[in-house]
Amino acid sequence: MNRIMKHHLFWPLTMLGALLLFNLFHSPDFFSIKMQGGHLYGNMIDILNFGAPLILVAVGMTLVIATKGIDLSVGSIVAIAGAMSCMTISKGEDQNSLSLVLMAVGLALVLSLVLGLWNGLLVTGAGIQPIIATLILMVAGRGIAQLITDGQIITLSSPKYAYIGTGSLATLPFSIFIVAVVFAAASLLTRKSALGLFIESVGTNPQASRLAGIRSNIVIVAVYMFCGLCAGIAGLLLSSNVSSADGNNAGLWYELDAILAVVIGGTSLNGGRFYLSGTLVGALMIQTLSTTIYSVGIAPEITLVVKAFVVLAVCLIQSESFRKAVIRRWKTRHYPGEKEVTRHA
Amino acid sequence: MLNRKFIPILVTIGLFAVMLAAGSFRYTGFFSLQVVFNLLIDNAFLLVVAVGMTFVIISGGIDLSVGSMIALTTMISASLIQEHGMPPIVVIPIVLVIGCAFGWAMGAIIHYFKVQPFIVTLAGMFLARGLCYIISLNTITINNSTYTAIAQTKVTLPGGSFISINVIIALIVVLLAIFVAHYTRFGRNVYALGGSEQSALLMGLPVARTKIGVYVVSGFCSSLAGVIYTFYMLSGYGLHAVGVELDAIASVVIGGTLLTGGVGYIAGSFFGVMIYGVIQTIISFQGTLSSWWTKIVIGLLLFVFILLQRVLSARRSTVKS
Repeated sequence: MNRIMKHHLFWPLTMLGALLLFNLFHSPDFFSIKMQGGHLYGNMIDILNFGAPLILVAVGMTLVIATKGIDLSVGSIVAIAGAMSCMTISKGEDQNSLSLVLMAVGLALVLSLVLGLWNGLLVTGAGIQPIIATLILMVAGRGIAQLITDGQIITLSSPKYAYIGTGSLATLPFSIFIVAVVFAAASLLTRKSALGLFIESVGTNPQASRLAGIRSNIVIVAVYMFCGLCAGIAGLLLSSNVSSADGNNAGLWYELDAILAVVIGGTSLNGGRFYLSGTLVGALMIQTLSTTIYSVGIAPEITLVVKAFVVLAVCLIQSESFRKAVIRRWKTRHYPGEKEVTRHA
Repeated sequence: MLNRKFIPILVTIGLFAVMLAAGSFRYTGFFSLQVVFNLLIDNAFLLVVAVGMTFVIISGGIDLSVGSMIALTTMISASLIQEHGMPPIVVIPIVLVIGCAFGWAMGAIIHYFKVQPFIVTLAGMFLARGLCYIISLNTITINNSTYTAIAQTKVTLPGGSFISINVIIALIVVLLAIFVAHYTRFGRNVYALGGSEQSALLMGLPVARTKIGVYVVSGFCSSLAGVIYTFYMLSGYGLHAVGVELDAIASVVIGGTLLTGGVGYIAGSFFGVMIYGVIQTIISFQGTLSSWWTKIVIGLLLFVFILLQRVLSARRSTVKS
């Protein structure tokens, strides 16, 4: 029992399970999946489909956080990637031509890689704290996205582009497959090669890992570029889902949701250890939470209050001093002065 | 010899002067006292928020909840006045106390449970915005006579220009904050805490009280900014002041405060907010530039200032070693 509780997926899965259980009692047809016109419909499919962009961004964020960094600019990259691809397509003569759509997608992804490179270089080359380095792009990025779209909301009529976000393959939404590919690639690369170990060692101590022969700077830059790429793909999904690009609101607060998903998944913000599977569960939990709130019929804005308490609960459970304080309250009386010294020693 | 620690703040002040001068040469009607006062009138709330944020950042933390706290304050004020008919003299102290309590709770969690300030204040941000919507999903307009009177009062200064009551409140806050930061025990403790928490503890400074106190100050400042914002907008709404936390952090950094803590000046943040205002004014005077250029310019300025500080601190550490 103790071993199960110690497993890193225990708390995230428990919370996800509790949410689903609540849904089971509240509305039993929450889990029903219908087959209609060759597509599967149902709340569970919706959670996977609408959660796809968040999972993508959170996967990239996990690796960044594993190197003891953080990427605040993902929301802006989501907006820029969407704006870039929509702008390219709307400039073309035939919006539905395959080559144009592919070019737009390629351009957007290259741009997001470049933005990731910029973040990575600021962190490694200039030696700026990640939270500050990515703050620059977070602030400027929304401006850049609006600059690309000229402040307009660009709408497209390109079924080929819309397929990325709304199409379906083998009765399942196409976005699920994109997520599956990215997630599988990330887990294989990090767990079946030494890359994951490199990332974790850089997160624990960049200096020591450099001395041990790891090129810390290259690892860090690569991780930020991967995070940018993930955010770019998420931006394509989001913009193609609604066939439009909105530089102001696309991907708003995505960085916060993604960080939340990573933290719920058990990856510590102190770096050095990461759980991609935990992040997946965390992102699904956030999406399930939103879907549950919709299906219960509470105003969607109130999701924020629930989220706040979830964040707090998760952080407090993860906080060692909180657990100790709770346990100590049961066991013996403690001396505050002594506690203070041991905590900082 | 010029003291190196004043370089960032001097650069900030210089930049402000250059921008103001450039604007005056470029646009007719830009060079007037009223334009400068309008900067203050439009950014009074940002000034108050930035003051609180400066304390938090100097102590080595960060507070993301300030924008939501402004919205929550406008919402609570509007609701208490319009729907419960309470007089403003009662409502304003209530919202200020709520702000302090909110900050205290976040500070206590950050200190006693050692959770990162980023995450705790993120939760605070979600919570405060969510609470706004629990009060009401729609805008509540305030038509209380005291509030409208304060909003419309113009304090005429010699020379024909005028300022609003909000500006007076904001300037008092700035002066008080400068006093607290540089001439009181609390202020010194905040700097010490930001420099090194461990050393501060070993020196016997009250780390717990200071750390929590910093968030109480920020909570108080953001709810006071909320009161100012209520005077400014005369309504309560859950979407008020979205993204103000970023504007405040950007202004503080442009003002020369180091995000790693321990270094910075309240006066710097004052000029940071003013630069923010000047950029917006220049863009509106230009007419052909769109509002999103503000964000891009602010991003560029952030970049320049962060690099500048990086260079300065790198040189300092090589001198030491």
